[in-house]
Amino acid sequence: MSTVASMGNFSSKGTADKADKPQQALDINHAADDHETIGTPWVEDAKMSARNVNVFYGDKQAIMSVSLDIGRNEVVAMIGPSGCGKSTFLRTLNRMNDIIPGCRVEGNITLDNEDIYQSQQDTVLLRARVGMVFQKPNPFPKSIYENVAYGPKIHGLAHSNAEMDEIVEKSLRRAGLFNEVKDQLDKPGTGLSGGQQQRLCIARAIAVSPEVILMDEPCSALDPIATARIEELIDELKEKYTIAIVTHSMQQAARVSQRTAYFHLGKLIEVGDTKEIFTNPQHHLTENYITGRFG
Amino acid sequence: MSNPSSPDNTSLIRSSLKKRYARERRFKLYGLLAVLTGFMFLFVLLADIVIKGTPAFTQHFIQVTIDLDPDALGVAPGASAEELQAANFGGAIKRGLREMFPDVTSRKDKRALYRMISIGAEYDLRDLLLEQPELLGQKKEIWLRAHSEAGSYLKGQVDTELAEEDRKVKNNLIGWLDRLEAQGKTESRFNVAFFTSGDSREPELAGIKAALYGSFFTLMVTFCLAFPIGVLAAVYLEEFAPRNRLTDLIEININNLAAVPSIVFGLLGLAVFINFFEMPRSAPLVGGIVLSLMTLPTIIITSRAAIQAVPPSIRQAALGVGASQLQTVFHHVLPVAMPGILTGSIIGMAQALGESAPLLMIGMVAFIMDVPGGVSDPSTVLPVQIFLWADSPERGFMEKTSAAIMVLMGFLILMNAVAIYLRRRFETH
Repeated sequence: MSTVASMGNFSSKGTADKADKPQQALDINHAADDHETIGTPWVEDAKMSARNVNVFYGDKQAIMSVSLDIGRNEVVAMIGPSGCGKSTFLRTLNRMNDIIPGCRVEGNITLDNEDIYQSQQDTVLLRARVGMVFQKPNPFPKSIYENVAYGPKIHGLAHSNAEMDEIVEKSLRRAGLFNEVKDQLDKPGTGLSGGQQQRLCIARAIAVSPEVILMDEPCSALDPIATARIEELIDELKEKYTIAIVTHSMQQAARVSQRTAYFHLGKLIEVGDTKEIFTNPQHHLTENYITGRFG
Repeated sequence: MSNPSSPDNTSLIRSSLKKRYARERRFKLYGLLAVLTGFMFLFVLLADIVIKGTPAFTQHFIQVTIDLDPDALGVAPGASAEELQAANFGGAIKRGLREMFPDVTSRKDKRALYRMISIGAEYDLRDLLLEQPELLGQKKEIWLRAHSEAGSYLKGQVDTELAEEDRKVKNNLIGWLDRLEAQGKTESRFNVAFFTSGDSREPELAGIKAALYGSFFTLMVTFCLAFPIGVLAAVYLEEFAPRNRLTDLIEININNLAAVPSIVFGLLGLAVFINFFEMPRSAPLVGGIVLSLMTLPTIIITSRAAIQAVPPSIRQAALGVGASQLQTVFHHVLPVAMPGILTGSIIGMAQALGESAPLLMIGMVAFIMDVPGGVSDPSTVLPVQIFLWADSPERGFMEKTSAAIMVLMGFLILMNAVAIYLRRRFETH
């Protein structure tokens, strides 16, 4: 990418010009150069907003000047081919990139209008407010109860055992897992099926009552039935939480999200209402991707 | 391109199959041979040690009629315990032996006769009398500890075919012992003294208690220093330290330290801890510190490997719910890494238990009879005791050497069993 340096002063316009679709449909690299995001990355009531975010792994730039808002109580889906930077972008939202050696983030990301990358930002507090569910179900090698209770315990959210029991039950119920595991709360969480483990991880994430939940391909390791269960859950969760979800499945993005962002080679190509993106994509890369011509 | 399922290809594959399978069989055979060879060596070694060492766990006693007459013992009839301490029990034993073998008259033969009984027998007799003062004035048949040479004959270790001048146990002693055996006045008992006494110049009196205690205290010091320092250093280097030149340098040096000959650590201990800090010589304290220096690299390296092996998903999960880095490490990473850390630490401790070279340098090789009462008392350790006994010319020490090796190996097996038990416990949680 020769134009990396120039990307810094890129600014996305609210009134994105719906330019003619470029004709060279498959000239991916050329078309991805020097672009402006199509669609409206902004929303009225943004819970989190990213402005001109660049992420570097060592010398390699993984994300180029991405600006995107995540609206309150909204599900934003991020799609795009592998290596397009959507997971990387997701991880910048709760600073999980911090633990990757050599990773550097530039730009501005706010949560409720507060910069989360300012030096006095506490990552522990940030991650309590912005929870995360990972691609592979990763329950702690502890009991189901301890898995859910861990977050509230370290944050001191429960003042008595009864209160903790309540939090655990409520979280498991909300994750749609309680009835399946209520008799085996002391069994190891790792002994559950893949779908159950992922719901346990969701229960663990919501047990600390975060404001935003980031989901990094939460269903990629699950079968269609478990996936349907999780999607149902996402639908219920958006009543209370703001959700950003990275997914490889376009059907999933179409089913669960209100807005969809399409990433390509570290750039945010197009963003807009999910229905709009899937029925009337403006950029040829988006169109090619969602029609299955590549990706 | 030919169709993979064409008859051509099938026959080609089939013809190569035989060769491939033969290669596989050969490889398995080599593997089996290697394992069997290893087992054979181990078996020969163990069998040799067990065969040589087992007799050390028995001790022969000889029944002698002893006249505990106060006059002969040189004490007053109602002697106090203190007076009994100084009584002439040696004389009483000699008198008893002379009465049993009245035909022994020459000075030289008498001396040989007295050598039948261990010089420790006087002390056994004294202890008996201190325990039961009413025996004073009686004439009693008492079982006395046999001298190691007499014992070795009674254990059947003496080759009587050999010319007399080529063996330590002479014909006259053999004659007396045969007579005693015929009269039922010899007895083989479990050698309690081997476990309850310290080193001695006499094989039949030498025991491993002092060395065991010394090893215990030394290992305690080693463990208390090396385990926490090693594990915390590993945690720091793995989870908290920045990656830069300095930490790279530290890492290289830790790896190099693991390869430093152990005697160098002994020299260091001698120069720094004993000469500079003036810590006590021959003490488990210094030994433990030196051994912990030696063990630290092993513990750090294995602990780091164990921490590295913890799946990153667990770290992410913990950080994702807002655990601080310290909480992540202590609540999630360390418990998962614990089995590996314990295995590494126990391997390090086992190394320390078997180490003798650095301890020679700091004076733990001294001849010490007393059981140490703490970490600053002079003491020796099991491997050094084995080394000392292996160096002794007496036949009796040969079996002690093997027996001490058996004890040492017993402790190593015990430590490994503890490691396996702990690993299981941590793994189920």
